[in-house]
Amino acid sequence: MSDISPSPQVQDPFPPERFTGPVVKAEQLSVRYGKNVALNNVTAVFPAGAVGLLGPNGAGKSTLLKSLLGFLVPESGSMTVLGLDVRASPLEIRERIGYMPESDAHIPGMNAVSFVAYCGQLSGLPAVDAMQRAHEVLYYVGLGEARYRNLETYSTGMKQRIKLAQALVHDPDLLFLDEPTNGMDPKGRDEMLELVHDLAHNKNVNLIVSSHLLPDVEYTCDHVVVMDKGTVATFGPIEALKGSHGRVFEVRVKGDAQRFIDLATTAGYEVHDTDEDVMRVFVLGGSDDSAKALFALAAREKLQVRHLRPSIPTLEDVFARAVGEQ
Amino acid sequence: MPIHDQGYRHYQGTRTALGKSWQVMTRAGVMSMIGKRQFIALMLFAWSPFVVRAVQIYVSATFTQASFLAPKGETFREFLDQQGAFVFFVTIWVGAGLIANDRRANALQLYLSKPVTSAEYIAGKLAILFLFLVSVTFLPAMMLLLTQAIFAGSLTFIANNLYLLPAITLFSLAQVLLASTTMLALSSTSKSARFVSIMYAGLFFFTTALFNALRGITGRSSFAWLSPGASLEQLGDVIFRLEPRYQLSPAIAGLTVVVLIAGSIWLLLRRVRGVEIVT
Repeated sequence: MSDISPSPQVQDPFPPERFTGPVVKAEQLSVRYGKNVALNNVTAVFPAGAVGLLGPNGAGKSTLLKSLLGFLVPESGSMTVLGLDVRASPLEIRERIGYMPESDAHIPGMNAVSFVAYCGQLSGLPAVDAMQRAHEVLYYVGLGEARYRNLETYSTGMKQRIKLAQALVHDPDLLFLDEPTNGMDPKGRDEMLELVHDLAHNKNVNLIVSSHLLPDVEYTCDHVVVMDKGTVATFGPIEALKGSHGRVFEVRVKGDAQRFIDLATTAGYEVHDTDEDVMRVFVLGGSDDSAKALFALAAREKLQVRHLRPSIPTLEDVFARAVGEQ
Repeated sequence: MPIHDQGYRHYQGTRTALGKSWQVMTRAGVMSMIGKRQFIALMLFAWSPFVVRAVQIYVSATFTQASFLAPKGETFREFLDQQGAFVFFVTIWVGAGLIANDRRANALQLYLSKPVTSAEYIAGKLAILFLFLVSVTFLPAMMLLLTQAIFAGSLTFIANNLYLLPAITLFSLAQVLLASTTMLALSSTSKSARFVSIMYAGLFFFTTALFNALRGITGRSSFAWLSPGASLEQLGDVIFRLEPRYQLSPAIAGLTVVVLIAGSIWLLLRRVRGVEIVT
């Protein structure tokens, strides 16, 4: 693979005006797969910029993207993308968006540059421009040195990059990235996130990143739409969602942790278990005395607090609160 | 920063109008096939009957002793019958992977996320097979007619058999459309081009065998509608104003061909989708 890394400092000398209105609006959107409800009355607004579509597997993220692409016909509701109605103007929309699917996808028998140029032509670029853009985009995603290799010989990480390249080649106004770091090793994942971040923040490309990986969304996006079980659990700017609910403490108690959770919950705190033995306690509208109150609560029930540390609210907290995981 | 890293630039150029993506697909598909030497060899071999017929026409026009070789209206019917074997092989070679390979590589979602409708996708793929099949049926048959006029030094034969122009066009069209739509429909049902080839050959041979078995048992050829090949033969006889070879109404033979083409297009429109929904 190429050793070329993305270069956020490279600025386009002629950046276009970014579409500033909401890039996607969904109203009362319901989609079914047979008897299974995949999206249930989803209403959400995706502002311009980088928006994360977050949720556990099966939450309906990919279904929402596929509905926006026109692959799925909703049972009810309406959608607009870049101000255009999805039912009325599907081709005009698809001309202006780029889609990076979750699963491996390529056109068989082609090398990378032919594939990306071909995708450019399918999106309406003249052949010469498509070829020139293909070379540029392949360098940008870090496949410049491997651009004449057949796609079937690419590694998983390279396949992710080539999917991004084909989505970018026609310079879309809006990118749909479905699990962009799927299957990538840590280094490749970091590079991919860097690319996505660069596109959104330096290259004026609106994008929607669908992912179940919270750090990916937190690093690349400014806004988030959290989905769970086919509904929108919460949405808004990440910073606002993280900071508007008071204080967060990491707490570890000796003894019956479940009893402490029950007590704290009864006392009006939000408590979320983590994978480690540390729990995260949200103190709504908390003051400087919040830590003391937690100590007092534990002492009252003769539980020993072994660890209590103020923490920075993360997207994980937002997610946990939104989907109600305790 | 490496000097060749140009970063990402916004596109400032023009874009082509919507609705032309099928041409891009067809061009890419044709270029991909003609890059294969073995396929070129097959296409050249498919023109060998034309060469033989052209020599016969030349000899009959030059030497009076060989006037028995002079072409008649049915010569063109026989020629297109002969080309049927090449239609079969070209259809399998070109057509089997047209959609099956895209399904295997999950390419349908890529195509349909671009400004390409499923009808355009089907048209683009169909046109690839259509072009190659036309070049082994309609094109050599028309060239043969032209060759006759050139070697005879007059248009008398064509003027006396004017029906040959629409007959060649109509029969070639039926032959090519039947093969290409059927193959494309089969290709959309599987992810394996090899399996599609076997299905197509199976469909062709099984239906012919079934028809021949029923013909042997009943002594009647009215079951020709069971075989697409036999139906096409019957239709060809009628188009070329020859005595029909089977005891089957030409209308039924025509209906069989039309139903197969329409059914294949219906299946294609159902199968070519951005997502496969399994409930």
